[in-house]
Amino acid sequence: MGSTFDVHRRDLIKRAAAAGLIAVPAVGALTSCASGGGEGNQVDKGEKSKDNPLAVNGTAALEVYIFDGGFGTQYAKDAAKTYEQRFPEAKVSVKSTQKIQSVLQPRFNGGTPPDLIDNSGAEQMDMGVLVGQKQLADLSPLLDAPSIDDASVTVRDTLRPGIVEMGQYDGEQCYVLNYAYTVYGVWYSQTNLDKVGEEYPKTWDDMLKVCAKAKKKGVAGWTYPGKYPYYLPFSLYPFMAKIGGDEVLKKIDNLEPDAWKQPAVKAALEAYYELHKKGYILQGTPGLTHIQSQTAWNEGEALFIPNGSWVENETAKTTPDDFEMRVAPPSSLDSGDKMPFETTWASGGEPFIVPAKAKNPTGGMEQMRVLLGKKATQNFVKQVSSLTALDGGTDGLDLPPGLNSAIGVLDAAGDNIVNPRIPNWYVSLHKDKIGTGCLGEMMAGRMTPAECMKKAQQFTDEAREDDSVKHYTR
Amino acid sequence: MQHGKYRFIAGFLVVPLAIYLMFVVWPFIQSIYYSFTDWTGLSPEFSFVGLANYQKMLGDSDFWDALSHSLLFLALLPVITIGFALFLAFMINVGGRKRKGAAVSGVRGSSTYKIVYFFPQVLSIAIVALLFQFVYNPRNGALNAGLEGVGLGSWKPNWLGDPDLALWCVMFVLFWCTVGFFVVLFSAGMSSIPNDIYEAALLDGASRFTTFFRITLPLLWDTVQSGWIYMGILALGPEAFAVVQIMTVGPGGPANATTVLPLEVYTTAFSDAQAAYATTIGVALLIVTLTFAAIVLKLGRRERLEY
Repeated sequence: MGSTFDVHRRDLIKRAAAAGLIAVPAVGALTSCASGGGEGNQVDKGEKSKDNPLAVNGTAALEVYIFDGGFGTQYAKDAAKTYEQRFPEAKVSVKSTQKIQSVLQPRFNGGTPPDLIDNSGAEQMDMGVLVGQKQLADLSPLLDAPSIDDASVTVRDTLRPGIVEMGQYDGEQCYVLNYAYTVYGVWYSQTNLDKVGEEYPKTWDDMLKVCAKAKKKGVAGWTYPGKYPYYLPFSLYPFMAKIGGDEVLKKIDNLEPDAWKQPAVKAALEAYYELHKKGYILQGTPGLTHIQSQTAWNEGEALFIPNGSWVENETAKTTPDDFEMRVAPPSSLDSGDKMPFETTWASGGEPFIVPAKAKNPTGGMEQMRVLLGKKATQNFVKQVSSLTALDGGTDGLDLPPGLNSAIGVLDAAGDNIVNPRIPNWYVSLHKDKIGTGCLGEMMAGRMTPAECMKKAQQFTDEAREDDSVKHYTR
Repeated sequence: MQHGKYRFIAGFLVVPLAIYLMFVVWPFIQSIYYSFTDWTGLSPEFSFVGLANYQKMLGDSDFWDALSHSLLFLALLPVITIGFALFLAFMINVGGRKRKGAAVSGVRGSSTYKIVYFFPQVLSIAIVALLFQFVYNPRNGALNAGLEGVGLGSWKPNWLGDPDLALWCVMFVLFWCTVGFFVVLFSAGMSSIPNDIYEAALLDGASRFTTFFRITLPLLWDTVQSGWIYMGILALGPEAFAVVQIMTVGPGGPANATTVLPLEVYTTAFSDAQAAYATTIGVALLIVTLTFAAIVLKLGRRERLEY
C-alpha cells in the first residue's frame, strides 16, 4: 500500500464528513411538512329533521382533535359518547395531543384535516392565517341551528357576549368558536389580604397603600410571570380601558399611529411603573416562569398576580386549602375614569375550528352543538373549574372559590366587558414585541414608561406597515 | 494500483449517496425554493414572490439580533470549550507527576474524572436546560442560594431575567454540557500517541508546557479540527436552540438578548405562520454554517504527521 492511496482516502472521507456535518442545520426540518394537494372528498349530507337540524350523515365517521392542556380531554371524550348514542352507526374517534401544530399542520397541507379541532396551547396554529388561506369552514349553520336543550332558541342566542365576535375576522362569517370562557384580572387570596388587614383596593391610591402595608410585613404587593411578560396585559389592558374608555383598546387593536401615545396608556403605564419604583414587586420576578410566580403567590410571598381563570385549575396542587382564591377587576385609577371599577376583560378561550376541507364538517359542527349543551357544559365546569361559552350553565353547581368569584365579577360587570383583540390578531406583536420587549422591560425597571410607549408604538407601526401580516379592524 | 480506484469507491458509496441525496440534499433544495415563495405553512397554496423574503430579512432587526448572537456563540464557544477540554484531557492523560514504571501518566484519579466529565453528555440537552432553569431561579435557585450562603445575599442577580447576563448564562450551560464529550474525545486521541515520543521529550527535559504545545497538540490536530467544526455547528444549531427555547424569557429575551438563528427560524415558522420567511432565515443559517466550516477546514490545513 502506497501512502498516496492513504492520503486520498482520508481526503475523501474528510470531505464527506464535512458535507454531512454541514447538513445538520434546521432548514431541512421545515420541508418535512411540504405541501401536497387535496381533493374535495366530503361525505354526503344526511336527512334534515327536527332531531338533526344540521343534516348530519349518521353513518359517516367523525374525527375530533383535542388539545391536551390545562383542561385535559375527558370532557371531549364524554361529549363524544353523546354523539355516538345519537348516531350509533358513526365511528367517532377523539384524539388528543399537546402539539397541535406538529400533528395537524401536515394534515392541513395535505388537505386531509380532521373534522373538529381544539386549536389551543403553545403550538396553536395561527387563526388569522388559517382564515386568510380559506382553510376554515363558516360556522354560521351551527350558530343558526336550534340549541340542543331548547329547540326554540338558536345556538347563537345561548352564547356569552363576545363569543361570536371573537370568531369573526372579515365580515359576518364566524370561523372560530371559543368553548371556554376566561375572566382576566387581578387574582389574590382573601386569606392573605385579610392578614394585611385590608380590602381589595378599588383605586390606585388604595392599591399603593395596600402594597406599602404589605411591604412592611415583608410581603410583596405584586408578582407576575417575568419570563412571559404578556401576562401583564391581563390586568393592564382593562386598566387602560377604564381610564380612557374602550376606544383606547380599539386604537391599539387597529394598530393606529397614535395608539400607544394616548393619555390613558401613559397613565396606566406610569401607575404600574410605580409598583416597580417603590419596590412592591416580588424580588426576582423578572426571571420567574408562570409556574414559579404562581407558586410564590400561592405561598403568600406576593398578594396580587395578573392572570386568567385557568389559574385555579393550574395551581390546584400548590394552593393551600384556606387560600380563598379571588379575582377582581383591576383597580380604577381615580374618579376621572371613563369606565366604572367593575369593568373587566373576559373573553373566550379554547378555540374550536372546523376545517373547510374536513371530510365530515357537518359532523364536526354537530359535535360542537353537543358540547354547547347543558349536559356537556356542566360536565366541563365540574371537571376543570372553568366557565364555558354557554351563558349561565353553572346554575346549581357547587363551584370552587376562584370560579365563584369570577362569576361574581362577570355579573357585576354586566355590559362593561372589554375584549382586546390584539392577542389573537397579532400574536407575535402582542407576545414578543409589546409583551416581552416593552412591558416586561418596563416592569423590570430597564425602561421608563415614556420609552416603553415609544417602543410599543414603533412595533405597532412596523406591524401596520408589514404586508406579510394580515390586518384586521374592529 | 491507481487504476479503477474511484470506481471501486463509488461502488460502495452508491446506496448511501442515494439516501443522502434523497433525505438531505433534496429537502435542502426544496427549502431554498420555498424561501422564494409566500408559503404560510398552514395551507397548500402559495405563490412565488422572488427575493421579497430576503429583502425583508435584511431589514429585520430580530434577524440581526439573532445573527449577532449566533456569531458570538460561534466565535466564543468552540474556543472556550475546546481549549478547556484540551487542558483537562492533557492533565488526565499526560499531566501527572512521574510515577513508578510509567513515563507518562495522568493526575491522580484521572479515570474517575473522565467519567465525571462525561456525565453531562449522558443527559439530554432538554433535561440539562430544565435543570439549569432551576439553578438560575432568582428566588430559590441554587445559584442565588449559594450567593446568600457566602454573604453576597444583597447581590442577587436575576440571571436569565437580566439582558446583560442572560446570554452568558445560556452560553455557560452549553459549555458545561459539551466540554466532557471533548475531554473523552481528546483523551482517546492522546492515548494513541506513542509513549516513546513523550519519553524522548522527558529525557530532553521538556516541561509540561512544551510537551503539550510541541507534541500533544500537533499530533492531535485532526481531532481538534473535527471537534472545532462539530462544536461550531452545535453552537449554531440544535443545542443553542434547545437551551434558548427552554430557558430564556419569552423565549429569546429579555428584550431579544438571547435569541439565536435557529430559534428565529422556529418562531417565524411555527408561531408567526410564515414558513417561507423562516426558510429564508434557514438559508442564512446554512450560509453561516458553510462559511464557518470552510474557514476552519482551510485554516486548519497542515502537513499531516505520520507516526
